[in-house]
Amino acid sequence: MGYTLNFNLIWRHFDKLWGGLLLSLELAVISIAIGIVIGLVLAVWYVSAGRVVRGIIASYVEFIRNVPLILLVYLVFYGLPTVIDLAYSAQTSFVATLAVYSGAYLVEVFRSGLEAVPRGQIDAGKAIGLTPWQRLVHVRLPTMMRITLPALSNTFISLFKDTSVASVISVPELTYGAQWINFNTFRIVEVYLVVTAMYLVTGYALLFALRLVERWYRTAR
Amino acid sequence: MLGQIAYALPFLAEGFALTLWVSLLVVVLSLIAGVVFGVGLVYGPAPLRWAVRIFSDTVRGIPILVLIFFVYYGMPAVGVHLQSFWAAVLALTLFKTAQVVEYLRGAVASIPKGQSEAAMAIGLTFRQRLTYVIFPQAFRRFLPPWINGVTDAVKGSALVSLLGITDLMQAINQVIGRTYEAMPLYILGALLYFGVNYALSLASRRLEQRFAFIRE
Amino acid sequence: MATTSDNSPALLDIAEVSKSFGSVEVLRSVSLKVAKGEVVAIIGPSGSGKTTLLRCVNFLESYDSGSIRIDGKEVGFRDGGARQRRSERDLAAMRAETGMVFQGFNLFPHLTAAGNIMLGLTKVRGKSSGEARSIADHWLGRVGLAHKADSLPAELSGGQQQRVGIARAVAMEPKILLLDEITSALDPELVGEVLAVVKSLAEDGMTMVMVTHEMAFARDASSRIVFMADGGVSAVGPPKEVLAAETTNERLRTFLARFRASQF
Ligand SMILES: Nc1ncnc2c1ncn2[C@@H]1O[C@H](COP(=O)(O)OP(=O)(O)OP(=O)(O)O)[C@@H](O)[C@H]1O
Ligand SMILES: [Mg+2]
Repeated sequence: MGYTLNFNLIWRHFDKLWGGLLLSLELAVISIAIGIVIGLVLAVWYVSAGRVVRGIIASYVEFIRNVPLILLVYLVFYGLPTVIDLAYSAQTSFVATLAVYSGAYLVEVFRSGLEAVPRGQIDAGKAIGLTPWQRLVHVRLPTMMRITLPALSNTFISLFKDTSVASVISVPELTYGAQWINFNTFRIVEVYLVVTAMYLVTGYALLFALRLVERWYRTAR
Repeated sequence: MLGQIAYALPFLAEGFALTLWVSLLVVVLSLIAGVVFGVGLVYGPAPLRWAVRIFSDTVRGIPILVLIFFVYYGMPAVGVHLQSFWAAVLALTLFKTAQVVEYLRGAVASIPKGQSEAAMAIGLTFRQRLTYVIFPQAFRRFLPPWINGVTDAVKGSALVSLLGITDLMQAINQVIGRTYEAMPLYILGALLYFGVNYALSLASRRLEQRFAFIRE
Repeated sequence: MATTSDNSPALLDIAEVSKSFGSVEVLRSVSLKVAKGEVVAIIGPSGSGKTTLLRCVNFLESYDSGSIRIDGKEVGFRDGGARQRRSERDLAAMRAETGMVFQGFNLFPHLTAAGNIMLGLTKVRGKSSGEARSIADHWLGRVGLAHKADSLPAELSGGQQQRVGIARAVAMEPKILLLDEITSALDPELVGEVLAVVKSLAEDGMTMVMVTHEMAFARDASSRIVFMADGGVSAVGPPKEVLAAETTNERLRTFLARFRASQF
């Protein structure tokens, strides 16, 4: 094939990738933080709600989970401003989209966790006279966390990878940086090798950290 | 407005058909490759197991978009020229294959060791054990997550629009480019993707119930 | 029932078999001969190597040294001096000569009771499915489950599942039947129906080696009892001798004392 690898140009533009990676992480952290709030609130609401509310929450979850993220990203960035009078940057637009997107996945994770909390624990909480709110904070949520942590970690990693879609609306995150180098230096194989390594190292480092949290959570209480 | 969209409907339908066609190809090819590599991962010699492990962990560790660009732009750079359609199918198939490998590994691993031992004890050979004892059981555990994961192929296929392939996503963007009716068209597109994927996820739930008896 | 003297030809000949899992020696030079038609019960404390020994006999587990022969043929290794593992095909053929009944039943959940029995008959013995079906029906009748032939394992009670397990093993007409604590996963009220089946097989002259914690059953159904301790054979003999209260074997006495309290 006669292709010789030459990484020099990649290193020269490495700030594009490094800055991109940091932005990817930032996008992920902010979106997931908002997504966690959405997910927790809706999951707690769901398990105690009546049919109508359940139906609405389930529709949100099912709809988001069954539509490609790229379409939602376009819809929010190019579509929404045509019908509502609001201006926002590509970055804000993406964070909002990924937050709503991750919220749908996290509702599902938290809901199944809450439903897996053994009946006996809730009854025991009642028996010692805890109010519903106290039962939620001191019994159901801690138990749910322990049950859902592994699934939660996997969801976080996959949402981190989803930040790459921000490149389609020119948010200069890691994948965007890769494309920039791809088009401007043509060291194509090199740049994607480096970017692959960067996603892998970051992703597995995150996973490792989350597993440590899981372990800590299991032993700390 | 509605008139313009109605005018574009055949064009959108073509894009939708291409989305389904890409998804179908990817699903079928990845099923074959994934089962072959999955068996390699579970039963193969150490070097093969390592190779499949590295392949799967790498592909599952990076965004599909990066994989698509890597394949699409990287292959011509090393002298392999594929039509963009096939480059897209290849990239999505790699992504989906890694998933299938993991479903298969999980399905086989979930079968108690005693099943293989009982099959050995009546004198079945390795291949017979796989054919008559392990696979029929693994199949029932493989099916629901696999069908569930078919939606990932459909959703992932929307990314091939970035390679200039006129799938549903790209068709929508092109019609918007001409009509400026962004919101109705994105919603129409979302509903189409939703329709396909929701039907698939209902089917997987049905299958799960149907094979519930297997939970000993 | 036959009893062995040292010079009668043994159907199963275990000679100085040793095995370690890592640094733990689980079998220490175990020797045991079993003649055709004999029923040998293996008893002993948990972890003494009973299961491991049984699994070595049909090579579900390999062993490090010594030999295990059935009808004069080494089970896991090729004939001739070198300890070379038999081919997959050979091993399968050897294993078909021994039947095994498992503590956890291990029925194939996707096959009916009859299907479980027919699988080996059609794929290993090469019988037509019609023939296999009539053999399956015969054996299901023998274990009292003729009416359950088309039930899936999940639809059977534990005792019924284990009887299918026995039928599956004996339908292959093995030279020797290996049973590993086949009643210990069962509710007490279901134990009797399974032991009754084993007893009737013994009366038919089936050669059996069974690991059991049912002392009364071992005493009544077996021709010899082997007491294993710490990976070795600590005592062998007719039930009356081994189970005698006045044995001088210290380990055996403590072991039996624990049982006597509950079971005799
Ligand atoms: N696959 C294995 N790997 C490591 N150690 C093992 C393995 N299988 C068995 N052992 C060990 O070998 C020893 C003997 O085990 P074995 O199952 O043969 O005992 P047993 O006499 O059947 O006990 P039990 O009455 O509890 O069934 C035990 O110490 C056990 O922990
Ligand atoms: Mg045992």
